[in-house]
Amino acid sequence: MKIKTEAGERHVLAVTVDNEAGILAKITGLFSARGYNIESLTVADISADHALSRITIVTSGPPAVIDQIIAQLDRLVPVHQVTDLTDHGAHVEREIALVKVAGTGDKRIEALRMADVFRAKVVDTTLTSFIFEITGTSDKVDRFIALMRECGLVEVGRTGVVAIGRGAEAL
Amino acid sequence: MTEMSGADMVVQALVDLGVDTVFGYPGGAVLPIYDALFNHPTIKHVLVRHEQAATHAAEGYSRSTGKPGVVLVTSGPGATNAVTGITDALLDSIPMIVLTGQVPTNLIGTDAFQECDTVGITRHCTKHNYLVMDPDRLGAIMHEAFYIATHGRPGPVVIDIPKNVQVATGKYRVPEKIEHQSYRPQVEPDADAIAAAIDMIAAAERPIFYTGGGVINAGPDASAALRQLVSLTGAPVTSTLMGLGAFPSDDPKWLGMLGMHGTYESNMAMNRADLIIAVGARFDDRVTGRLDAFSPDSKKIHIDIDRSSINKIVPVDLAIVGDAGRALDALTAAWQDKGHKPRDLGEWWRRIDGWRATRCLDFPEKKDAAADIMPQRAVKALFDATRGRDPIITTEVGQHQMWAAQHFGFSAPNRWLTSGGLGTMGYGFPAAVGAQIAHPGRLVICIAGEASLQMNIQEMGTVSQYRLPVKIFILNNEWMGMVRQWQELTYESRYSNSYSDSLPDFVKLAAAYGWTGLRIDTLGELEAGIQAMIDTPGPVIVDCRVAKLANCFPMIPSGAAHTDMILQPNDITGTMDDEAKALV
Ligand SMILES: Cc1ncc(C[n+]2csc(CCOP(=O)(O)OP(=O)(O)O)c2C)c(N)n1
Ligand SMILES: [Mg+2]
Repeated sequence: MKIKTEAGERHVLAVTVDNEAGILAKITGLFSARGYNIESLTVADISADHALSRITIVTSGPPAVIDQIIAQLDRLVPVHQVTDLTDHGAHVEREIALVKVAGTGDKRIEALRMADVFRAKVVDTTLTSFIFEITGTSDKVDRFIALMRECGLVEVGRTGVVAIGRGAEAL
Repeated sequence: MTEMSGADMVVQALVDLGVDTVFGYPGGAVLPIYDALFNHPTIKHVLVRHEQAATHAAEGYSRSTGKPGVVLVTSGPGATNAVTGITDALLDSIPMIVLTGQVPTNLIGTDAFQECDTVGITRHCTKHNYLVMDPDRLGAIMHEAFYIATHGRPGPVVIDIPKNVQVATGKYRVPEKIEHQSYRPQVEPDADAIAAAIDMIAAAERPIFYTGGGVINAGPDASAALRQLVSLTGAPVTSTLMGLGAFPSDDPKWLGMLGMHGTYESNMAMNRADLIIAVGARFDDRVTGRLDAFSPDSKKIHIDIDRSSINKIVPVDLAIVGDAGRALDALTAAWQDKGHKPRDLGEWWRRIDGWRATRCLDFPEKKDAAADIMPQRAVKALFDATRGRDPIITTEVGQHQMWAAQHFGFSAPNRWLTSGGLGTMGYGFPAAVGAQIAHPGRLVICIAGEASLQMNIQEMGTVSQYRLPVKIFILNNEWMGMVRQWQELTYESRYSNSYSDSLPDFVKLAAAYGWTGLRIDTLGELEAGIQAMIDTPGPVIVDCRVAKLANCFPMIPSGAAHTDMILQPNDITGTMDDEAKALV
């Protein structure tokens, strides 16, 4: 007997939650307990009184599963609002990566040239290394990192995706 | 707003919230609360013999009264012992508050004596949980927890209270409006959806109501509303295991339970219907059978207070989020406003009567006095003997549970207490304790299997202590019958570890606890034995020996469609493919 899996599509969810202890465990636990995917998850306090956090989750699944994920998140007591940005209309997605590259000579020059093409900033340098800061869609960050692998990449840190809907309205 | 200790606040909040009973077990981390409860004038503490039993007793109390059940246990092992009952309450949507002691805040995270991460362990088996770090917050949290447990889809809420928070003083505040700052479950159904539903019901030629535990949770008024809507529309009714009692079993519109051990007529009617009206039921896998064959030609309306239950398993045509009772009332009002008359469902009923004619619950039996008792007969005899006494019936888990569901009739809600979602052996007896505490004068009977009963049999001591007249009626087949049945079905009768070996002498056990013990061996003794149980004051255990190898039919094997029911034992082959074996 083989266990079957279903193909899915990528969705970006914005979840507003009470900023209380254990909330992240609650959300990630829900995903693992029900077998949903998490491609990326970011969280930070977003309100003046520190009462609310916004969690951005990138997940994937068939439409019925995405619908369930939203409904399951929405019924958690500390969850205020769940929005599927992918379904909601146009939105902006950004991710930051810090990319450390070590090397000398041509490779070093090539790394710097490509960083310029990608509008990555140099945030730290030694005679034998750079740290680049790159901001963009996950795709762009992926592509930059792939190129840096050829130029002496030694370490990467990524934030995961944050996203927000276009236009004047708030969620 | 008054200054008091955390422990006093807990007790004051319980009083303010109208709690009269707490099921619990003491230990180091809850001693301050136990001291605050000492000789309390209005709150009765029921001392169980194991914390799991406290949770099931609270479930029994809740399910039989509609009020939330309250549990009090210590940290560490007290809390972990409660986890099964908490999960049971989550799956069956039972409102419950579990107060757990915790090590003092300065010791949290140090592997202190009897420390466990209670909020971590219970995070995914509660509706919500709290670790209270500040005594000033304790009062508000108690009130909020009750609100959450009882509003929307009910469920268990754990409040973990470190010992120093119980001892320290703080300000006790009763919030002006008791609610949660953001949790607002939708209760009122959408009017447009109600109107659309009425059009669908009025147009249906083969409608059926499929009701579940949500109707019970919505209170007795919801059951009354269901009856009214059914009589207006003339449609048949089936229900899940958890929904039994919402609709009277002696009504001609009642088709019996549906699903794996449901009746032929209800499963066939679900399969052939052109409209299913699901009310407070969640299309559980025990109900649907093979999904791609589930009611293929019907439109589906789903009424549920939990939006995540809608489209979770079966996609529906019309969703109505809201309280089952309000939705049923709204449907009734809309039906009457539009001046609908019941359609002529004569053709539909003729087909249903055809399915009924299979008499799927009949069972082969010998009728002489010395014959073995068929377990189905024992349940029927128990039902006949207790008619008119309005008994509360609890069950353990297994064949006896299904036979009770099939053969015991209920005409009102809150009389049928069983573990449906989690299927917890060891639920029934403590649940009977909780129900009896809530209803001292009522006849409370636990229909048990000899194996399940042993999972919480220590509660005999609790019953003796509080002089509860609980009756345990064991359908003793000397087997974990349900396991044996599956082994016959799937594993060519290789009975791996399913025999109930080394059983105690239940009659002597009764005597040891100061109960009355009775034994029934043959059909000829059945009626008199049951009567003796009913007539004997105080707790009684009846060891009713039944046919050992009887199996529970009808049955939809796992992975099969509603139309592929096994009606008779000789339909069994003893083998199954891996796809079917992999299903639970
Ligand atoms: C705590 C727990 N463990 C295991 C099971 C699996 N199980 C389901 S029914 C059953 C046998 C029950 O035997 P008994 O109580 O004698 O009831 P019978 O089926 O014989 O009526 C078992 C082991 C369960 N439901 N709950
Ligand atoms: Mg048995």
